[in-house]
Amino acid sequence: MTLGDAEVGSTVVVTKIEGDSAYKRRIMDMGITKGSELYIRKVAPLGDPVEITVRGYELSVRKNDAQCVQVK
Amino acid sequence: MAIKIALAGNPNCGKTTMFNALTGANQYVGNWPGVTVEKKEGKVKSKKAKGEEVVVTDLPGIYSLSPYTLEEVVSRDYVLNENPDVIVDLVDATNIERNLYLTTQLIETGVPVVIALNMADLIEKRGIKIDTKRLSMLLGCTIVETSALKQTGLQELIDEAVKVAKKKETRLPGEIFSKEMEAAVEDVKGLLPDSITEEKKRWYAVKFLENDSKVVEAVKLSDVARSTVADLRTKIEKNHDDDMESIVTDERYKYIQKIITTTVQKGKEKLTASDKIDRIVTNRILGIPIFILIMWAVYYVSVTTVGTFVTDWTNDVFVVTIQNAAGGFLERIGTGVVVQGLVVDGIIGGLGAVLGFVPQMAILFLFLSILEDCGYMVRIAFVMDRVFRHFGLSGKSFIPLLISSGCGIPGIMASKTIEQDNDRRLTIMTATFIPCGAKLPVIALMGGVIAGEAAGYAESSFIAPLMYFIGIVAVLVSAIILKKTKPFSGKPAPFVMELPQYHFPQVKTVLLHVWERLKGFIIKAGTILFLACVVMWFLSSYGFAEGGFGLVEDSADSLLAAIGGVIAPIFAPLGFGSWEPVAASLSGFTAKEAIVSTMGTLASVQGDVEDAVNVASGVGAWFPTAMAAFSFLLFNLLDSPCLAAIATMAQQMQSRKWFWFAILFQNVFAYVVALCVYQIGSFAVGGGFTAGTAAGFLLAIILLVLLFRPDPYKNQKVYAKRSVQNV
Repeated sequence: MTLGDAEVGSTVVVTKIEGDSAYKRRIMDMGITKGSELYIRKVAPLGDPVEITVRGYELSVRKNDAQCVQVK
Repeated sequence: MAIKIALAGNPNCGKTTMFNALTGANQYVGNWPGVTVEKKEGKVKSKKAKGEEVVVTDLPGIYSLSPYTLEEVVSRDYVLNENPDVIVDLVDATNIERNLYLTTQLIETGVPVVIALNMADLIEKRGIKIDTKRLSMLLGCTIVETSALKQTGLQELIDEAVKVAKKKETRLPGEIFSKEMEAAVEDVKGLLPDSITEEKKRWYAVKFLENDSKVVEAVKLSDVARSTVADLRTKIEKNHDDDMESIVTDERYKYIQKIITTTVQKGKEKLTASDKIDRIVTNRILGIPIFILIMWAVYYVSVTTVGTFVTDWTNDVFVVTIQNAAGGFLERIGTGVVVQGLVVDGIIGGLGAVLGFVPQMAILFLFLSILEDCGYMVRIAFVMDRVFRHFGLSGKSFIPLLISSGCGIPGIMASKTIEQDNDRRLTIMTATFIPCGAKLPVIALMGGVIAGEAAGYAESSFIAPLMYFIGIVAVLVSAIILKKTKPFSGKPAPFVMELPQYHFPQVKTVLLHVWERLKGFIIKAGTILFLACVVMWFLSSYGFAEGGFGLVEDSADSLLAAIGGVIAPIFAPLGFGSWEPVAASLSGFTAKEAIVSTMGTLASVQGDVEDAVNVASGVGAWFPTAMAAFSFLLFNLLDSPCLAAIATMAQQMQSRKWFWFAILFQNVFAYVVALCVYQIGSFAVGGGFTAGTAAGFLLAIILLVLLFRPDPYKNQKVYAKRSVQNV
């Protein structure tokens, strides 16, 4: 499953991150690394992007970009 | 010699507030990530520096020292090449895990680090406990608890930083990575040239392992060394089944997790007030209505009710009083009619019309600053991203556009937070399509003219909202057209954005903000506009008449008429081919507000230059039809902004080629749109079919084709460039 498919209100664990280096690095710099816990907090009013809690702070990612993050 | 402190830290961790508290400088502070892009310097207040000369450089807020964003490259270049004596690393105590990620990179650079554990006052409230002694020992650097906002711990921080800077000894971090990685780092250190000093070797070694493009380019290794590094990298990558950058990032976070388990006690997970607010304002159902309501309230209050009241008072009472007083004074001391005309009508009348507008702008900026400081602005980007992505932009483009509704200059500057070059350029080019505060008097004036011409409309109050709407549509249409061209193509930027906690707007921060933005406007009004008023007065009062040069009775004999007359034919297809509106448009390039004052001067309007009916009756004759007046307004809405904004554009584009392209695009776009609207509009209301009508239809068709043609670069897999890659 990818982060883009995760349901609102659920907590998931990152298993793998795909994508090109600049993008991947950016996402990882923000604390989304292998094994980190993500809480899917909410979806923006228009259905995208999603707001997640990672390492104790809030981050917004587009669903499309979130497809690169494999979670379980 | 002065002690050099580099102030580093994550975006939105209170860095700029800290910089201001230390240096006493009035600097721009914002509550969305990445406000500061260039570095700023300031001297530490002498009382705090205790006789030493201490200079602080405020580095842009960054999350990492990767080579992928402009801010990161600026920061790391400064730390590595400008030899600061000490880095003060600001760590947000309420968000310590991610903040320490940058710390682990800073301590590798070989520059001594002092950690300022900021927002220390909030820790207790959140129930967080941090064992600073132990953390300090584990990281190998001093930690000082501070609160930049409440100004606590600052003296201690400066004392500590000065002490560390004087000692000049660097304590390199212990083991951050796994045994395997640490061994590889040691190996690579041995391969580095001697030109890299011992204490910087660790940083370079890690970067070589990561294959950091900028470092590999800057430091030349021998072929043997290069292949050894490559071998080491491949081996580790194979073992981990991942790429090196990810392994390094991963291990850094693992290290942080390890050290904070013994030093940081997290508070109970409870809903903070910020979370509760956020639940409502970005709610799926209520989010958009709340956004619209807030925006409507902001504009309603600042543009119609309070704003109009204050502006009217300034114009009707304040300016007129000064005008009368100055006129009376000049008459008493016996100056000639010429000087009286220049001062009373030219200068006071012109400037007054513009300065009368300052209160309205102040109110608008006040609201925008409050929204920005409390953290709502970044939520707007979150809510609006979906809409903007549709047009190839991100929610981040919305903030510059929104600020441009006040003034284009801070709006253009706000585009700095957009990472991808093409999106940033596009936003810079189109931000000024949104009517800025200075265009409002023009809109009000022309609204009056249009209403006067079109007998069917009793009032013109629909014109202002219409102009905002047209501005937004113009931005989106330009975005679609340009995104389908090669230079602007590319996969949409990944939208990864931190959503900071809400907080009560700080009075000081908000007022500073308003003042910073207003100051720019007032200075502009005081200098450029002052000159523009004098020049315009001169050009419109003097000319060749009755065989000699001198004051002219009829402004049709003036120099301005001559200049306007020469270029007027260019604007004939737009419906305003006489010299007066052309001259007014010209003066608009010095400052948009000048359009109104120029028109007032040209029409010799007495008294309230901003009263739409008053001026409208004077200038109405210049526009044969309502359509022509509308076309004039459209052109002046969409063409290049005022000189000050143009200068900001040049500064932000950082490329001559792109700057001129932007200017060309804006003016051609404005011309084409105004032409289409005038020609097709005139035809539609019963005018004959002329060559102009044909040209209008032709251009409209071209515009539509550009707009609706399939995107030739749709399937591009490559992300658009970020400027750091070609710096």
